[in-house]
This record gives sequence, structure tokens and C-alpha cells, in this order.
Amino acid sequence: MSTLRLEIVTPEAKTYSDDVDSVVIPGVEGEFGVLPQHVPLLTQLKPGELRVIKGGEEIRLAVGEGFVEVADDMVAVLTDMAIRESDIDESAAEDAMRRAEEAMKDESLSDEQSAAFQASIQKSVAQLRVKRRRSF
Amino acid sequence: MASLRDIRRRIKSVKNTAQITKAMQMVAASKMRKAQEAALHGRPYAVTLNRVLVTLRDTVDENIHPLLEKRDEIKHELVILISTDKGLCGGLNTNLFREAAAYDREKTQFISIGRKGTQFLARTKRKMIADFALKDHPSFLEVKAISQFAIDKFLAHEVDKVTVLFPRFVNTLNQLPTALPLLPITSLAELGLAEEEGEKTSSGAGMNFEPNAHSVLDAIMPFYVHFELYQMILGSRASEHSARMVAMKNATDNAKQIVKDLTLEYNKARQAAITKEILEIATAQLALG
Repeated sequence: MSTLRLEIVTPEAKTYSDDVDSVVIPGVEGEFGVLPQHVPLLTQLKPGELRVIKGGEEIRLAVGEGFVEVADDMVAVLTDMAIRESDIDESAAEDAMRRAEEAMKDESLSDEQSAAFQASIQKSVAQLRVKRRRSF
Repeated sequence: MASLRDIRRRIKSVKNTAQITKAMQMVAASKMRKAQEAALHGRPYAVTLNRVLVTLRDTVDENIHPLLEKRDEIKHELVILISTDKGLCGGLNTNLFREAAAYDREKTQFISIGRKGTQFLARTKRKMIADFALKDHPSFLEVKAISQFAIDKFLAHEVDKVTVLFPRFVNTLNQLPTALPLLPITSLAELGLAEEEGEKTSSGAGMNFEPNAHSVLDAIMPFYVHFELYQMILGSRASEHSARMVAMKNATDNAKQIVKDLTLEYNKARQAAITKEILEIATAQLALG
């Protein structure tokens, strides 16, 4: 069976690089799956959960904003955040989110501060969504 | 001549200083290596981003994006000044501020990253519209907030040009204050494609875009800006640490030289004292005898 090369890169590091069977990606137009022989595609990525299927096993990652390029059995995911499910610290993410939300209520915030908090909330939400899934 | 005890005290204090500067030099050296590594980790991202942009360039008319709009009249300019939080890094900040001072006081607004820059702008009473504090290892998300802020200002026509002023890392001994334009993005053709690797640049012909090519381009352009700024910040972090390392090495060398000089002086004084004592004993004996 043919496989698919998946590379997930963030500006900080190359997070994931392996041959996989398929991958399910949260795009702006909805979640979509990529199998080998997929047509070339370029689309935006939405913060959410990315699922990698390799040899019957499923790996979940929380991803941030970015975009995806699919070409020649190669999937390149460029995102500002990619964290494996096992590396997500649920309580830390919850804490971060609560702190950021509280800070957002403070109306004396300047534009740039609220932008930073918004980004932090978004990141925490994506992490929690991936982590919580299993328990449902 | 200073007394023996005074000299001894000075030698001790200079030795202490040398120890501290030596420690700071070591710390700066290891931090510099880390900062350089962090900058290198961005390579795969840069390569992929370039590939995607090349693909897009073939498909979309590149001149329509608002971030590419070149404005004829520059009424207001925004300068992002990247300095350090701490001092003791030689002439790094001073050189940078000399460049910053050359900007037109009326037309220019500043965003400051780093405490030293903030102090400088406040002292010289420049227009500072924002001040960001970043950790030693800034995350991409934090940097994104800054560049998004600049993009918003640019798109709202509050500023017509965004420049980044930062100490570019040339090599360990050399950091050059550099001003690079961030917005408008000069042209897709120039987008860091210097090393246009012969890698399979899948031509845009067979490419599908979702929802369509324009909105994908819209989404990607800000990312390019974020990434540019992120790389510049990492570069100036490397500059900071290497400048500090060199400054501290000089300080250590100077301290060692002073210790050497003082020790010589101390030994001279000690010998003089001994000679004097012997003379005194000898004269006393002569007088008695």
C-alpha cells in the first residue's frame, strides 16, 4: 500500500515528519481527509485537531492557524503551533485560558495586549479540544 | 604610595569582578549558540513557505494584495525597534539608537521591543505607540501579536510604511544596525527566493485552491510578515548574546591586566617595607655596638 509523506513544520521546529497512511486535517472549509494520490491542493488551516493514521494507529495533534499544501503524495502543514496529544498538559492549558479570559475582561487593555491574549485563548482552546475528546 | 592593605583589598575586588564577567561571558556564549540554533530551526518553515508562494505566484495576479500596495507618499512611518532588555552588551544598543535618532521626529512612530529601546524612546520623547516585552526565547505566537498589530496599522492607512530596525547578526564580533522594510512587502518575486532550490516546485497549473486562490493568498501573506519579523527577532537575540559575550571577554581581560599591574605594585611595596625594616635593625645595632 502506498503511503503519504507528512511534514508538519512550525517556525520553531519541524514537529513531525514521517510516512503515514492518511491524515485528517481541519481546513477552513471543514475537516478533510487526505489519502495517497490526492489531487494537489492548497488550503488554509483552522485551529483544531489534526489526526494522523499510521499502521492502524491514530495520533492526534493540536494545531494552530496556518496552511496545508498537498502535492505528489506529500502533505506539508505549516502552522504556528503543533502539539501532540500526549504533550498537552490539560490543567496548564485550562489555567492559561482562564487567565487570558480574565485579562480580556479588563477593558483597559491596549490593542496589542488584547491581541496577544486572544492568541493565547485560541491556542488553549485547540489544545483542550484535542485532549478532552478521548474522555467523551 | 598606597598602603599594602589598600592594594591587597583592590586586588581582591578586581578579582571578584573578573570572576563575575567571566561567568557572564560563559552564559552569553551558550545563549548565543541556542539563539543561533533557534534561528536555524526556522529553515524548513522558510523553505516550505517559499515553495507555496512560488506556486501561488504562478496562479494569482500578485499586484492586487493590500499588503503589497506601495504608497507614493509616505506620511507616517512605523519603525519597530528591536533592542535588548539588559545592558552590558557593548555598543550594541548605542549603535542602534544612533540610527533610530535619524528618523524624522514628526513623521515616525515607534514600536519598541526590549526595555532599553523603550527607555531611549521615552528619554528622547519620540512617538511610541506600543511597547512589547518578549522573553529570551520568544514564541512565534507572541511575535505574531506584534506583527499583526503592525499589519492592522498599515491596512488602516495609519502608517504608510513599516520598517524594522534591529542589530543584524553578521558574525560573533560584528553586529550591524540594520533597517529592513517589513511592509509593504516589496514583491512576491523577491520573497527570499534567493536560494530558489531546484526542489520539485510543483507548478501551479494542476493545483486546486480551497476556497480559492485569492483567499489562500490573503491568508498566507500575513504569515509571511509574521515569519519575517520572527526571524529578525531571533537574529537580534543572537546579536545581543554575542555582543555581550565579546564585551564581557574584554572586561575579563582588562580585569586580569589590572590584577597583574596591582600585584607588581604590591610586591614592590612589600619589598620596600622589608628593606626599610632591615635597614632600621642594622642602624639600631650599629648605634648600640
